[in-house]
Amino acid sequence: MTLYIQRDAPFQICEIKIIEANNKQLLRISQELGIGLSLEEMKTVRKYFTKKDRNPTDVELQTIGQTWSEHCFHKTFKGTILTPKGEIKNLLKTFITKATSELNPSWCISVFEDNAGIVDFNNEYAIAAKVETHNHPSAIEPFGGAATGVGGVIRDILGVWADPIACTDVLGFGPLDYNHNKLPLGTKHPRYLFRGIIAGIGCYGNNMGIPTVNGAIFFDESYVGNVVVYCGCLGLLPKSKYAKNAKAGDVILLVGGKTGRDGIHGVTFASTGLTDKSEELSRSAVQIANPIEEEKLKRAIIKVRDHNLGSAITDLGGGGLSSALGEMAHRFNCGASIELNQVPLKHEGLSPWEIYISESQERMLLFIPKENLEKVLEIFHHEDVEATPIGELTDDKVVKIHYNNVEVAALDTDFLFAPPTVKRYAKWNDDLAFKEPILDEPDKLESYLLSLLSSENIASRESIVRTYDYEVKGNTVIKPLHGEFGGPNDAAVLKPLTNSWKGIVVSSGMNPRYGKIDPYWMAASAIDEAIRNNAAVGGRRIALLDNFVWGSPEKPSMLGSLLRACEACYEYAKGFRTPFISGKDSLYNESSMGSVTPTLLITAVGIMPDVRKAVSLDLKSPGDLLFVVGQTFPELGGSEYYRLRDVLGRSIPKVQVIQARTTMEVITRAIDSGLVRACHDISDGGLAVAVSEMALSSDYGLDLRLRNVPRADSIDRDDFVLFSESNSRFLVEVPKAKAKDFESTAGSVPHAAVGEVIESPRLRIYGLENKKVVDASTVELLTAWKRGLEDAL
Amino acid sequence: MRREEINVAVIRVGGTNCDLETKRAFEDSNMKAEIVHFNQLCREKDLLDYDILVIPGGFSHGDYVRAGAIWAKRLMARLGKKIRQFVDEDRPILGICNGFQVLVEAGLLPQFEGISSFPEAALGTNIPTGYNCRWVYLKLEDHSHCAFTRKTASKRVLKIPVAHAEGRFILAREKKRKQLEKLMENHQIVLRYCHSNGETANDEYPSNPNGSLYDIAGISNPTGTTFGLMPHPERAYFGWQLPDWTRNDGPPTFGDGRFIFESVAEYLTKKF
Repeated sequence: MTLYIQRDAPFQICEIKIIEANNKQLLRISQELGIGLSLEEMKTVRKYFTKKDRNPTDVELQTIGQTWSEHCFHKTFKGTILTPKGEIKNLLKTFITKATSELNPSWCISVFEDNAGIVDFNNEYAIAAKVETHNHPSAIEPFGGAATGVGGVIRDILGVWADPIACTDVLGFGPLDYNHNKLPLGTKHPRYLFRGIIAGIGCYGNNMGIPTVNGAIFFDESYVGNVVVYCGCLGLLPKSKYAKNAKAGDVILLVGGKTGRDGIHGVTFASTGLTDKSEELSRSAVQIANPIEEEKLKRAIIKVRDHNLGSAITDLGGGGLSSALGEMAHRFNCGASIELNQVPLKHEGLSPWEIYISESQERMLLFIPKENLEKVLEIFHHEDVEATPIGELTDDKVVKIHYNNVEVAALDTDFLFAPPTVKRYAKWNDDLAFKEPILDEPDKLESYLLSLLSSENIASRESIVRTYDYEVKGNTVIKPLHGEFGGPNDAAVLKPLTNSWKGIVVSSGMNPRYGKIDPYWMAASAIDEAIRNNAAVGGRRIALLDNFVWGSPEKPSMLGSLLRACEACYEYAKGFRTPFISGKDSLYNESSMGSVTPTLLITAVGIMPDVRKAVSLDLKSPGDLLFVVGQTFPELGGSEYYRLRDVLGRSIPKVQVIQARTTMEVITRAIDSGLVRACHDISDGGLAVAVSEMALSSDYGLDLRLRNVPRADSIDRDDFVLFSESNSRFLVEVPKAKAKDFESTAGSVPHAAVGEVIESPRLRIYGLENKKVVDASTVELLTAWKRGLEDAL
Repeated sequence: MRREEINVAVIRVGGTNCDLETKRAFEDSNMKAEIVHFNQLCREKDLLDYDILVIPGGFSHGDYVRAGAIWAKRLMARLGKKIRQFVDEDRPILGICNGFQVLVEAGLLPQFEGISSFPEAALGTNIPTGYNCRWVYLKLEDHSHCAFTRKTASKRVLKIPVAHAEGRFILAREKKRKQLEKLMENHQIVLRYCHSNGETANDEYPSNPNGSLYDIAGISNPTGTTFGLMPHPERAYFGWQLPDWTRNDGPPTFGDGRFIFESVAEYLTKKF
């Protein structure tokens, strides 16, 4: 039986005989159309059309495929999960948004409902924040994949009427020296991906004039087959301009670039694993970037916003028109009627379904009350940006698509947005294979410290960061590279308004190595790290963003691990009183080399009342005391030190949330009281690496005594004190005259003066027995740290 | 002319992206600044209503072909006559980064024999290649002739950031020596990259961040009214923009970039 029948029309439009199809044929249709729907879902579709007593067109099936994809609908997070302990309905609500709704902070304006999370900034303005992943496209075409990742997240910010003011990027690659012979067919070498992705990110942000101010790079074997690309963006919007009141009769205006065949089936591609055929099959799923188009688009949109001419806005991302239009109609309880002929095309020959689902870049949808249309068109004309009315919102809750005046689709939004709930199985077994190793304590810790400083996860990112313009807009107060030596600041501080000293603080936390041992503590650690990075420069009132990169949720162990991470997200967001405001999951990071290491990126967005109080990490003045704040435990599982010694271990860092929260508050109070000359968080590589970074960023040196470090009794080795990665710890430089004040501010939080800043540019560390265990010049430290990545490249 | 009467046109096209902060710097120096789209200057506005023309940084028209080339051609094709008059009347023109590239591509710099119909110099691909965002030190050379640097300088070394991939100032190989001498003779070399102690960078990376000939960072025309530079003074205008202000108890009020804006204000208030 032929399942596809060309309709009697002067263009390509197929009817698919789904009503007559048996189960096997249903799956064949799903496969042949490339829409990735399961049998269960196809049956639901069949039922819908049987009831309608007609067969669907290709446009309709494609639309359903896009809307119901994992990428667009997040069906795992919204689905039902069966665990040995019982059933969980909706991960998102049960864990992530639950923390936010229980905390219910008055300063959260919009969470998890719009294109970006929105929080208060001051009386007049709000901050919008969003982080996205673009892993699959970047694995196929690194430059285009990464560039369009940045472009996409910037449009998410524009999609809440905000003006994009800064970008962030966090990347995960396989080892740069990975053996070419071990690469599976179709997998690109980490070095090639590295260069392409970094160039793509730089190209988009720099060309659009949005500073890239914060980020991180991790190297892990599991990223060889599954490269990780997170792109984030912050925006600023006047609260009174946050229009979302579209209604039936409003004009649907397609603005920006033209539509082409680039980016067809991007979301389906993103919702399956990568194979050696991906290049061939899915190259067309990667879009082509044009940052200048988006720059002009941004100007026009901000003008429309400032003149209150629009009633709603959204970006065209995954699923293109099909998902944006459906979502907006659904959100405003409307239907829509559009004419695909109106859509400006890059080239001839696109079928209606291709036009409708194309993910061509730099396009957005505006909803404009009829009386404002002329003014809006004028604004776009003035900026040399195309703007085309393609239809209008209707009051019938049906999305109707026409082509050449022929109706090619009519779908009820209620059906479109109620896909069958997926049921998945999760199990988590605490893997007892992970054992704590027995390691001898080396005599020469100095060489270990130098190796750590130049190891790929710790070494300076200068050669990359300098290819990103982090200064454009002239509002970057604390920069990713600090001062003369390019020291690694913990967070970036922005001063977005000319007439206010108030600042925005952005930082991130990610610990994929912990994820190999236990995703629960990985998530807790990532949250702690993001918050402490933020607090270290002066940030507070922190909002969090979660971005999950996991393997296939159809594997019970993967889903079990995801569940563990979600549990921690709830516990720690609640415990730290830092609500999640936005997030995204990228599942199906699978390749022939297996699943990705479960990776959770936490982005923290804080504020500070006066940027002039911001603190950097470099040592400031000889004679000052250096305090450690927070307790050190024998927590080396997954640490960089263990990695250097070729073991993973088991003793992963934990977070004691009440103590941790109090510690962050101490840092904030101390900074506000002007007691802090320099501050740095202790993370990868532990205390030793953190003190080195403070010294090598300055002209001075340090004398440090490990004896004084506040620590658990069970930690009795110099190397463990130096390299343990226990959470919630800071190094703080305090002038001697203010030491008493600082100690009373610290109160019951474990703290101690462990060293002194010295004129001579050397780092000298005395061990628990008071023997000198490290003695190195800051130039040696700096050279090792700066050389690390350069050498690898 | 009083400072408050000075009208600054900060012009833009698609891809310009440093217009806001450049406008902010002029305004903070008490001048009137307006961001004007190039289309507006071609259609309804008159360039000659302004006292200073500023071409800010960015990637005009994507910098396809060569950086600044497309806008330069459009600029001279659409507004050539008015620009000539602007220059003849000694009204100041400033090109920052992409703006400098535009001025060179338009033949407005270096102006060996007046405005040239073809580029007489170029801002080539950096050596080492690639985009480079960093703070550099600049030595004030023949600055007293230039409208944008004529103010008595309290320092001879300025700290201002660069961010570009094409900023290597070069001259045609066969004319290089003669033209370089001419630039010196005419006092056109205004800013040179140097080490932190003020010694010339001598083509040493990263003090000279792009391999520029003779460490040139900014030049003017012979009359000193048209000035182009790769560094971004608007990003070093306020003290809190500096990369190391946290060394002190709070930032200084201003950074070294302010000197450029103050100088041109002084030039106009004295001259007109």
